[in-house]
Amino acid sequence: MQPRLILDNKKLNLTINRLCYQLIENHKDFSSTAIIGIQPRGVHLADRINKRLKEITGLEIEYGLLDISFYRDDYRHAEKKIEPKPTTIRFSTEGKKVVLIDDVLFSGRTVRAAMEALLDHGRPSKVELLVLVDRRFTREYPIQPDYVGKAVDSLTTERVKVEWKETQGTDQIWLVAAKTDRI
Amino acid sequence: MNSLSVKHLLGIKYLTRDDIELIFATADEFKEVLSRKIKKVPSLRDTTVVNLFFENSTRTRISFELAEKRLSADIINFSSSASSVKKGETLIDTVRNILSMKVDMIVMRHPAPGAPVFLSRHVEASIINAGDGTNEHPTQALLDAFSIREKLGAVEGKKVAIIGDIRHSRVALSNILLLKKMNAEVMVVGPPTLIPNYIESLGVRVEYDVAAALRWCDAANLLRIQLERQEIQYFPSMREYSLYFGINKKLLDDLDKEILIMHPGPINRGVEVTSEVADSKHSIILDQVENGVAVRMAVLYLLSGNRMN
Repeated sequence: MQPRLILDNKKLNLTINRLCYQLIENHKDFSSTAIIGIQPRGVHLADRINKRLKEITGLEIEYGLLDISFYRDDYRHAEKKIEPKPTTIRFSTEGKKVVLIDDVLFSGRTVRAAMEALLDHGRPSKVELLVLVDRRFTREYPIQPDYVGKAVDSLTTERVKVEWKETQGTDQIWLVAAKTDRI
Repeated sequence: MNSLSVKHLLGIKYLTRDDIELIFATADEFKEVLSRKIKKVPSLRDTTVVNLFFENSTRTRISFELAEKRLSADIINFSSSASSVKKGETLIDTVRNILSMKVDMIVMRHPAPGAPVFLSRHVEASIINAGDGTNEHPTQALLDAFSIREKLGAVEGKKVAIIGDIRHSRVALSNILLLKKMNAEVMVVGPPTLIPNYIESLGVRVEYDVAAALRWCDAANLLRIQLERQEIQYFPSMREYSLYFGINKKLLDDLDKEILIMHPGPINRGVEVTSEVADSKHSIILDQVENGVAVRMAVLYLLSGNRMN
């Protein structure tokens, strides 16, 4: 299968913009909201959203990163070992409305672990999930996103590859057949 | 590189530099966990660990137990003084009986050098050496170097003096091996009778003058005189030892720089170090103890990951 481009640079920026306005609609002045990116792959998206929200609203929003390595249920089964990354939540999530951010929602296992990890920082009043790509029909847990950049129907053998300007030099999202690293 | 090259932690001898760096990086994240209000993660909730202590211990044992609990492991504590070892059971029999109750990891302290290596050849569980006689005490060396890295920014290129009973100290041997693997410079200091012959072959300097050693080093790791392991008298009196090798405030005041004072514990105040120095701002002794939990969590976590593969 040829790799298929799901979102290009321009569309990705439009999508991030739209997600920000959706957040503003629901969270208004963000006074009791915290934006939390899931390590490692949700970080670039969370950074962009945090930056863009600040540009639009001019507000300082509570922002942190959450590492879920120690909460995964597949640590001892994973073929590729998970490398712990820093958690930088410098505030209590007690009573906050938390928006969890990740790039691709697939099985839902990452989000399950993230919710468990999140509870160790306080009891939020509400937890929402924002993802850039929602791979429908591939869930292994009953978890659904509240904000979706793009919904994709794909085979479980396929893989969504997200490239960021910060690391790969360009913003692009691809759908690729399994076990191919080159696109 | 994000898993250890070994299944057991038997000694620093068996680790690579990558392993050590991975343990440090993982311990950094566990240190953050320990600073939270809820200091517990569920990583080892499917793992049972037995702490087998055939020799006395306060810090190491509490530190391991706390590390295991913070990782949500199930724990069994065993000490030889209150067990069937007194009735004549052998080490392998004791351990096989414990393992038949489905235990996954063993943390072990034993007076015989090599006991953990011996055991690792006969049982399936992952073994962590918590001190074997005069041989090695790998987690102590890891937490010592982790503390140096935290305070001085790096281990590589730093000068560390290990002062005291080098001959009987497993902490000294593990520290030397680890610091050399991390490209630090190491000096051993003590009465000639307590410095093993040929120790230079490990790539360390030998010094008998404590003041000169302090002028040279960035960190001084002070060791206790291990009277319980000394079958003969190695120096005339404790008072004389303290006079020539004890660290006091005057020695530190005479330096034109600040150095770290470290000690693996237990301290004999007034022998290897005065109270004034042990409680001073130079001393990072209690930071070492704090870091011990994070480092041991990292070791347990990383070895548990290797268990099923």
